[in-house]
Amino acid sequence: MTNTDGDPYSGDVLAGLRADAAQIVARYPRERSALLPLLHLVQSVDGYVSSRGIELCAELLGLTGAEVRGVATFYTQFKRHPNGKYTLGVCTNTLCAIMGGDEIWASVSDYLGIGHDETTADGLVTLERIECNAACDYAPVVMANGEFFDNQTPESTKALVDDLRSDAQVTPTRGPSRVCSFKQVSRVLAGFADGLANEGVGAGPASLVGLKVAKTQNNGNGKATE
Amino acid sequence: MSTPLTPVLTRFWDDPKSWTMATYERHDGYKALKKALTMPPADLVRLAKDSGIRGRGGAGFPTGMKWGFLPAPDGGPRYLVVNADESEPGTCKDIPLMMAAPQLLIEGTAITSFAIGCHHAFIYLRSEVVHVHRRLLHAVEEAYAAGYLGKNILGSGFDLDVTVHAGAGAYICGEETALLDSLEGRRGQPRLKPPFPAVAGLYARPTVVNNVESIASIPAILLHGAEWFAEMGTKKSTGFGIFSLSGHVARPGQYEAPLGITLRELLEMAGGMRDPNKKLKFWTPGGSSTPMFTDQHLDVPLDFESVVAAGSMLGTRALQIFDETVSVVRAVSRWTDFYAHESCGKCTPCREGTFWLKQIMTRFEYGQGRQDDIDKLLDICDNIAGRAFCPLGDGATSCITSAVQYFREEFEAGMHTPAAELFPPAACTLFAKETVSA
Repeated sequence: MTNTDGDPYSGDVLAGLRADAAQIVARYPRERSALLPLLHLVQSVDGYVSSRGIELCAELLGLTGAEVRGVATFYTQFKRHPNGKYTLGVCTNTLCAIMGGDEIWASVSDYLGIGHDETTADGLVTLERIECNAACDYAPVVMANGEFFDNQTPESTKALVDDLRSDAQVTPTRGPSRVCSFKQVSRVLAGFADGLANEGVGAGPASLVGLKVAKTQNNGNGKATE
Repeated sequence: MSTPLTPVLTRFWDDPKSWTMATYERHDGYKALKKALTMPPADLVRLAKDSGIRGRGGAGFPTGMKWGFLPAPDGGPRYLVVNADESEPGTCKDIPLMMAAPQLLIEGTAITSFAIGCHHAFIYLRSEVVHVHRRLLHAVEEAYAAGYLGKNILGSGFDLDVTVHAGAGAYICGEETALLDSLEGRRGQPRLKPPFPAVAGLYARPTVVNNVESIASIPAILLHGAEWFAEMGTKKSTGFGIFSLSGHVARPGQYEAPLGITLRELLEMAGGMRDPNKKLKFWTPGGSSTPMFTDQHLDVPLDFESVVAAGSMLGTRALQIFDETVSVVRAVSRWTDFYAHESCGKCTPCREGTFWLKQIMTRFEYGQGRQDDIDKLLDICDNIAGRAFCPLGDGATSCITSAVQYFREEFEAGMHTPAAELFPPAACTLFAKETVSA
């Protein structure tokens, strides 16, 4: 796919991958269950599912390269070519699209001059149309490397893009203090904590609206709330 | 007299650091596990049955019955797999739950595992929301440190390991057997049933697959009793559930209420329509896979039976609200794109059918529908529904057939006029005021 595929992992990198892989495999009763987290691990090093990563997974799990490739190509989060440092995902499923996701998509795509699953020439931003990310009460939603940017507008999203491209620290609406790189979050998805769990809010405002109403209703009627 | 809300799962989400063990223990955290470990496991299964709780992930199958289906122990492993792959369009309850209160899920997982004789439980989490993954990893770590997971939990002799597992972006993995294949390191495609997971699930061993909200409800049921739970809701749809309002409402968000509450009541609590001068046009009671409702259905009690009787399904209580500025053809066309994209390709009716539906819906959206396209749509739907391998295919047809039922004239208009002309998209956005005045 790309020229890095031809280069084997350096000794240090390979040793690190093998040590991490051993930890991943140990989490499961049967080793093949480690395949998805191993592919996330490959992305944390290569920024996509590289051929050398596929071969390593195959070797570790006693599978063929074709079997690993067959699994990797089923899932949209496994990238077939080098991903940008940041994935910017605009939700264009119905609810978000109607609440403004389509306008956001059009303006950001135009602004960056790229389409779905394309990456800016500087390698910083990969643009994606994404499906529902379970934040419909914050529509329209934009994701940057898996972090929530709630209630976006075309202007706010373009500002977000500018910040990402200047590599400034960007703080999600509900998430840690900063958006991590694609490789860093891939490592979290492989099951390795990055120490950021205690940052950010527990719940955003929309997650709490019902609780707020309940507290006003609660006078003399506290059955469920104790 | 409106139905009062019942915050149980959501009750401490506003606590600063709501996700930590310290906060959870201040809110009765792990009291239920302590109680469970003194009980015979069979009593816990009976408690779940007596509470009447039905699965909160969409299908509504009785949770206790699912546990009871496991065959008698044969000495080999048995598994609990928590379905945290929340991806049904409009559904947004499990992700905020795990972000705000992951310990609820971990305690429920421990109790359920004890009840069914499982010593290794898995939480299959969609990979798109990284902070929730961090919170779950952290919650599991804290639970091990506190002795609520691991070997000889609280001196009971019961051992349990919990593994948090990230998916990789496939809606189909929310279907329980596809989820199991994915967890086994394969393409996430559904399996033929029977055998059901209770008999041959993960690694062909007896397995319970439950939704996040179902499992998170277990500690409260154990602490307060099956009767307490069954007193809420209706006779056949007991208890509370999180109702997720989104779209054109003044205050979208999570409202935890007894099953049987109506949209009229919820809308009132949510401050009504976002623009009070615009009427409610259509809404989904439980995500995009449940047939849509209209303003005729404001008083349908949102419980499993009543919603079915009115022609839809309660699903995940994902109430997506659309006002009169929205083109139903545009909305359905986008959902159809989604189903075509997410069809796993295993069975022909769904793989081919969603592909055809997408082409026809796109024609309607661009005002290029042909004379017989409505009939063709319905005919294709008829050939998918009930004939697909798993419910994804059925779900793909629901929005189309219900939209034609209630808004046929918009499909007819789609034979000559683009949806964007009939319903200018700029009018329905969250930032509509800015764009319209500009």
